Formats: sequence, structure tokens, C-alpha cells
Amino acid sequence: MTNLVEIDHLNIRFTGERTVHAVNDLSLTLGEGEVLGLLGESGSGKSVTLRALMRLLPRQRTQISGSVKVLGNDVLAMSDEELSDFRGQTVSMIFQEPALALDPVYTIGRQIAETVMRHEGKSQTDAMARALEMLEVVRIPSAKRRLGAYPHEMSGGMRQRAMIALALSCKPRILLADEPTTALDATVQIQILLLLRELQRAFGMSVIFVTHDIGVAIEICDRVAVMYAGQIVETGTLSQIVRSPLHPYPRGLLASTTHGARRGERLGTIPGTPPSLDKAPTSCSFAPRCASAEARCSEALPPAVDMGAGRMARCILAERAAIESA
Amino acid sequence: MSEATAPVDMLEPVEDRGGVAQPLLQVTGLTKHFPVRGDLFSARKTVRAVDNVSFSVLKGETVGIVGESGCGKSTTARLLMHLMKSDAGDVVYDGMQVGRALSLRELRRGMQMVFQDSYASLNPRLTIEESIAFGPKVHGMADQAARKLSHELLGKVGLRPEIFANRYPHEISGGQRQRVNIARALALSPRLVILDEAVSALDKSVEAQVLNLLADLKREFGLTYLFISHDLNVVRYISDRVLVMYLGEVVELGPVDKVWDEPAHPYTRALLAAMPSSDPDNRTKTPPISGDPPNPIDPPSGCRFHTRCPFAEPLCAGATPKLSAVDARGHEAACYMAIPGSGHSRAPGASA
Amino acid sequence: MSAITDAALQAAPSTRARGYWATVGRRITRDKVSMVCAFILLLIFLSALLAPWLGLADPYQGSMIRRLRHVGTPNYPLGTDELGRDMLARLIYGGRLSLIVGILPVILAFVVGTSLGLVAGYAGGRVNTAIMRTVDVFYAFPSVLLAIAISGALGAGIVNSIVSLTIVFVPQITRVAESVTTGVRNMDFVEAARASGAGALTIMRVHILGNVLGPIFVYATGLISVSMILAAGLSFLGLGTKPPEPEWGLMLNTLRTAIYVNPWVAALPGVMIFAVSICFNLLSDGMRSAMDIRN
Repeated sequence: MTNLVEIDHLNIRFTGERTVHAVNDLSLTLGEGEVLGLLGESGSGKSVTLRALMRLLPRQRTQISGSVKVLGNDVLAMSDEELSDFRGQTVSMIFQEPALALDPVYTIGRQIAETVMRHEGKSQTDAMARALEMLEVVRIPSAKRRLGAYPHEMSGGMRQRAMIALALSCKPRILLADEPTTALDATVQIQILLLLRELQRAFGMSVIFVTHDIGVAIEICDRVAVMYAGQIVETGTLSQIVRSPLHPYPRGLLASTTHGARRGERLGTIPGTPPSLDKAPTSCSFAPRCASAEARCSEALPPAVDMGAGRMARCILAERAAIESA
Repeated sequence: MSEATAPVDMLEPVEDRGGVAQPLLQVTGLTKHFPVRGDLFSARKTVRAVDNVSFSVLKGETVGIVGESGCGKSTTARLLMHLMKSDAGDVVYDGMQVGRALSLRELRRGMQMVFQDSYASLNPRLTIEESIAFGPKVHGMADQAARKLSHELLGKVGLRPEIFANRYPHEISGGQRQRVNIARALALSPRLVILDEAVSALDKSVEAQVLNLLADLKREFGLTYLFISHDLNVVRYISDRVLVMYLGEVVELGPVDKVWDEPAHPYTRALLAAMPSSDPDNRTKTPPISGDPPNPIDPPSGCRFHTRCPFAEPLCAGATPKLSAVDARGHEAACYMAIPGSGHSRAPGASA
Repeated sequence: MSAITDAALQAAPSTRARGYWATVGRRITRDKVSMVCAFILLLIFLSALLAPWLGLADPYQGSMIRRLRHVGTPNYPLGTDELGRDMLARLIYGGRLSLIVGILPVILAFVVGTSLGLVAGYAGGRVNTAIMRTVDVFYAFPSVLLAIAISGALGAGIVNSIVSLTIVFVPQITRVAESVTTGVRNMDFVEAARASGAGALTIMRVHILGNVLGPIFVYATGLISVSMILAAGLSFLGLGTKPPEPEWGLMLNTLRTAIYVNPWVAALPGVMIFAVSICFNLLSDGMRSAMDIRN
């Protein structure tokens, strides 16, 4: 099975007043028809990674090294024209705030039609028909009427659906989702998550879904990659990560959740705060907060232990577990 | 007496009257409507942000308020703090009616609030120490004493004063800022603290730290909390009782375990069912409710939820159901299905 | 707190707390354009201030023989004006009046406008309407027209120019002040201050003032160039400084007819007005960028 996305040893550094090593030696793959979750907290580098896939990072301040291949094409080497064709047609993105993607001065129908005309060269009538089709696919009520609606005339949940319709209008192979449900109310969030799940199956897309919420990951992801301080610290299937994580960071995250916690009992916490990213890591970034840290952890980078079938953890504990089970 | 051993002046908390049996806060009929200026051709509309909200908070308990956007929970908080004038309703603090027996200034000593946006809650031009010391100084504390108090409180919320007192808000992290906000709220020695989505903007690991801190402070200072949140897991963990709000009204209230395990109101049921699954093998299959939370401008007549309720019947569009007891231990719901003899086909005691 | 937490907290940025204004100062000193402008302005200021001690010729001493000498004439490095007076001396001495009449109205308007705007912005409601609609009435007049009208009514002279220009600028600054105050007034930290029981005056002083001075200051600095040009215009029309006082606007007027004879000299006062205006504008831009820190 060929991978749709292959990222190898990606490093992203932002320069300027301060240097930020946002992504450090990141490698991941995305297979056909799968939903990969990038789970992490703020500052973990998950959104930056996503934007790198479409080269959406500010050109002057960003230094990228490594390889990013989408459908075999080297994204980092693409010219502006190629990128313009690439975005929206092969890869599409939905954001946390629909206001970022929807132009307030054009109607929804017009925006979707414009994208279709740009990428598929269809006529205005055909493009509008596709726009209507997309609005119905995302279950916007009274779709025909809404073609002529402006973004500010719609509620938050509907705007999100409209953004999804826009993103999927050219039937991209890959969908990138940057916390699209974080700003939504609970009852709307679950509708959007189920809609995305359904559309993913119907369109056969592969999805990379960035989130900080384990519950959201459970509802939509097949595989999960946990990020911390710009690195992927563990990858595995949803069940593996949620039920039996190896790396102390996802273990700590699961232990500190309020779900199922007993009232009056202290919550398990991960002490301390994430590291500042002003230098590239030379040792385990999590070691200062890790209860199982050893001397070796602060001396060298932890090994990326491959346990087969897509399971990986950057931790000496995983190394030991792999040796024991070998 | 050397500075190191001198006791830190704390403002005296507002005196306890009435003892344990008297609720610390009793809210009756709280109402706030905002007029919306229509254009020249359409009628004036009203945002009925908070409508006839009544509840009480006992001393030493944590009451959670949950609801989605437009439900009025934040407006309620601001009305309780008297940051906004209410259109109707009474707020009684420890037996004293606010505005009569209790002046606004004294109320401020008794009740404080922590806001959601940790960055916007702090004046970017003041140091942490100055922000915390501001409240006590307004109430007459001397500058030096107020600074010492702010150092002490920083220590209590887990921030070393040597490091943080002279910092500015933009130099510290979100979680640290929220701790500062909590310290600031405690500076006036309140007995009731309203936490308006205080942990919602924090990362989960930081949220856990702050929740532990809140529990410690509650014990140490004998505080009562009103915890507003949209996160049902957090509310279940931290609250003793909970209020569910929808479109400006309280639709259900009661002990949190009872409400979570046996929700009486269809909206509460939908809200609970909308929580993402925690079991990878048992994901949610269908959304419990469709559509967005409606606009509080000109809400539906009668029961405001009836337009989205799977059990709605004609009488639901008539008069608004009142909060009625579901059991004898304080569980109430504003639904005709819970009111015996209301006329709803599912009400207890209704003829088949 | 566990030892790990303490260590992690220690690892937090150990830079000493830097005040906002100190950070702004640092950023602006790094901006080359702003620094060059500041330097030029400083030169002009100092020369104007120290004029009597710079060994210049007498700016009032004319000579019919030496009229309209060119730039570079020995003894008259910048030439002479239409009455034979040394241009260099007149430009430098002229700077005194021009700078005063350019900056003083802005300072006065800043004080009055900020106070009005702060009160209007914080109070809201009827007070706001009363103040802002009154301001709007003045705002409806084009500044030049208003300045001329007021000056005309008050009569010519420096003091009247200053008064007239102050009146022109107060509405503009009030508007900016009110709008910024309204923005700040709705922020959570002001609500928190109200929640702690502080009175309106305390809140305005402690919480609002510090946060609005920046943008108003930037706007006001931009007005200095306008003020100089308006003052020059008033002098040009005979409504400002009276001859023989050296003042750049007045000099532009009197040298007007000499433009065919000695265009360089005739243009010099304009060059000074231009230089000071541009420098203040660029400095104002630099300040705005420096203050726009989103850490």
C-alpha cells in the first residue's frame, strides 16, 4: 500500500526576534483512506506541521528542511503555480475558525463555485450546481436558499459546514483539519465530527486531524500520533494510544483527564510546563517533567523505537518493552 | 518584629451570618433583556438573555452551571457580580439583600470572579504584583501591606513571588496567568468565587493542575464556588450540584450525579449524549440533536426547547413549564414530562 | 509543590521583567529610519534652542544691497532673503516660532482631547453622546477653514494661532481617545477592576490611561506636521506671525515673489517645514510599529 503522504525528518524553524524550533525531526506517513490524528497541546507543533503540508507558513521567517511528499510530489520544491493547483484540489484544509476560510464579502455559493471553476475549469452554471450539491452533502438545511447567503448570516455550526463544503468541493484526496470543532458547542461538535466521518468514507479521503481533545480523537481517528515539543513521541492505532500508551506523556495526559475522575480525589497531573523551543532538542524534551526519567534521558535524544505495524514510541521505556517482547 | 515573621494582613472576609443552614447566595427571578435596535422597517427585537433564573448556593458547596452558547450563563455571572444591572430579580447574599441590607461595595468583598480569557483579564501595563494588590488597596489597605499580601497569595497559588511578582502578563504562560487571576480574586478574601469558564482555555494538563489548586484553595479558605463551564466532564468532577441552562432559562438542576445519571430534561439528555465517546470501540453513531443552538433573539414561545425536542407536544408551545421537583432530594426539571398531571402524554400519572 | 514543578518554574524565562515602555524604547532604538528622523529633529531643536549662542548673523539686520544673494555666498551660506537678511539665521531663529506653533497646539489638544475622550469613552450613554456629538460639530468643518475662521475672529498673532490650532485639533484627538477608551473599557481586566469595587476615577487612572496613551500619542505625533503646515498657512495668509518675526510660513509668503529671481532661497523655508513634518511622521510610524507588540 503506497502512502499518500510521507514526511521524513522534517525540521521547521521560525526566525525573527526569537528563534522557535517548532518542529524537530518529524516523520510520519498517511495511508490511503485513513484518518490520522495529531494529538498535542498548544506549542506542540501540530498546526505548524499541518500547514507545512500545504506550504502555508510565512516564507521569510520560516526555515524548513527535510522532505514532504504528497502523492509522490515534493511539496517543498513546488513552484507557486504548482502550489496553487495543488491546494484545494489535491489537498484541502479546514480551520478552527471558519472566518479564516470564508470571505465575508462573497456569498457561499459564489465562493464554492469559484474554487470549482478555478480547479476543474467548469462553467459557472456547472460550478453552481456543484456548490448546491456540496451544501446538500454537508446537510445545510434549505441549501438552495443558502447558496446566496453570506457567511455572517449563518450560525457557527452552519459556517463550519459551509467551510467543509468549500474544502471538499473539488474532491481532494487529502483533507487537513486543524481543530475544526474546538470552537463549537458540544451538540454541534458531535454533528460535525459525525459528518466528517461520513464524508471521509463517502469520498474515500485520507485525513490528518489535529486536535488537543482525546475525546474528539476517539470519535474520528483511526491512528493517532502524539506530539510534544515539536516531535512525535508516540504513534499507534487509536486503541493502542488510548488504552495502553507507552510514552509517559500520553500516559500523563490520560491520567489527568477529568473524565471518570472521582470527585474529591486529586487529578493526576504532569508537573511543570512544556519547554521553550528556542534551541533544537539534544535530549528528551519531556525528561524534566517525567517521573520515569533516567540519567540517559537528559544526555541524548531518545531512540525512536519501531515496534512494527505502525507503532512507534520515542522513549527508552519503549526500547525496553520491545526488547522484552522480542 | 522583622519583616519575615510579621503576619500578612489579609482583609477580613465578610462576616458569616445565619450559619450553615442559610444559603450563601439566593437568586430569585433574575432577568436581563437586551433590546436589539432593528432597522427602520423591522420591529424592535429583544435578546432575552436571562429569564427568571432562580437558584441557591449553599455555603461550602460547588455549584456548576452548564449550557451552550446563548444560554445566558456568562450573563448570569455578570448579573450576580452586579457588573450589569438586571431588569428584575433579587440577589440575596447570606441573608442580606444586595442593594438594601448589603451595599455593592460590601458585596464586592464577599463575591469575586475569575474570567475565561486569562490574558484579557490582566492589565498589560501592570506587574502581576500590582494587579493583585489593586483590589485590597481600593478597600483601604496600605501599599506595602497590599504588596506583601500579593506575594503571599502568589505563593498560595503555586507561583514563586521572587520570580513572578515583577513580571508582566505577556511574559508568563496561560496557566500561570490563570493562577494569577485566582490569586487576584482571593485578595479581597471573598467567600464566594465565580469561575466563568476559568479553565476552558487551558491545555488539559494545565487544567488538571489548576483544578487541583482550586480544590486546595477551597479547603484552605473555606470557599464556595460557582463553576460555569461547557465541559461536562469537568463540571461532573468538581461540582456538588449543577444547573443546566438553555436560552436564558434554567431547565434542570440537582445533585450532579443524579442529573448526569438520570437526566429528566430532554436537553440535558442531548447534552450528555453529545459528549465524545471515551471508548474507541463504541463511538457515537448518531448525533443526539440536530441544528445549532438557536439565537436568544425572540426565542420560541412556551418551552424554549420545544422546537428541537423529540417529545414535543402542542402544550409545550403554550406556557413555559416551571421548574418542578423530580425527586425529594433537590432534583428539579422544567419539563412537562416531569410534571405530574401536566397534560403531556409522558407525564407521570397521565392516562395512557 | 513538587521539586519538579519548582525546577520547571525556574526554567521559565529568566529575563528580568521589562516594562512596556522600556520594550517600546528598545524596539524604536533599533529602527534605523526612526533614529535618523529623531537625530534630524534633535539637530533642528537644538539649533533653534541655542540660536543666540551659535554665532549667527542678526536675523533682523537687512541690507538693500545684499538682497536675494544665492546659496553659498561667502558670509551668507544659505543666501539672503528679499530684505537682505541672512537666511541661515532666519531659518534657525524661525525654527523657534515654527516649532512652538507646531508642537504646542498638539500638546494642549492632547491634554484636553484625551481627558474628554477618556470621560466620553468610559461613561458611555448620554455623557458620551453629549461630548461626541459636540465634537462632531467641530469635526464637520475642514481643518484649514476652521483654523482660518477662528484666527480671523481672534485676530493675527502667534498666541491666537496657537489657540485656533488647538481648537482644531481637540475634536480629532477626542475622537481617537474615545474610540480607544471604548475598546479598552470592555476588556475583562476593567470588568475585574470594577468587580473589586474600584470607583470610576481610580479605574480610569490605573487601568485605562496607561493603555490608551500609546495610540493617542502616536496619532498626536502625526498631527504635529499638520499643525506646522497649518500654522505656516495661517502666517502665509497674514493671520499668524507678524513680520519681521522669522517664521517659516511667513518666510514662504514673503519670499513668494522672489521665486523667479532666486528659487533656491525661496524654497528653503518650505524645505524646513517639509523636513520637520516628514521626520515627525516617520517617527510616529516608527512608534506605532514599536508599540504594536504581540508577544
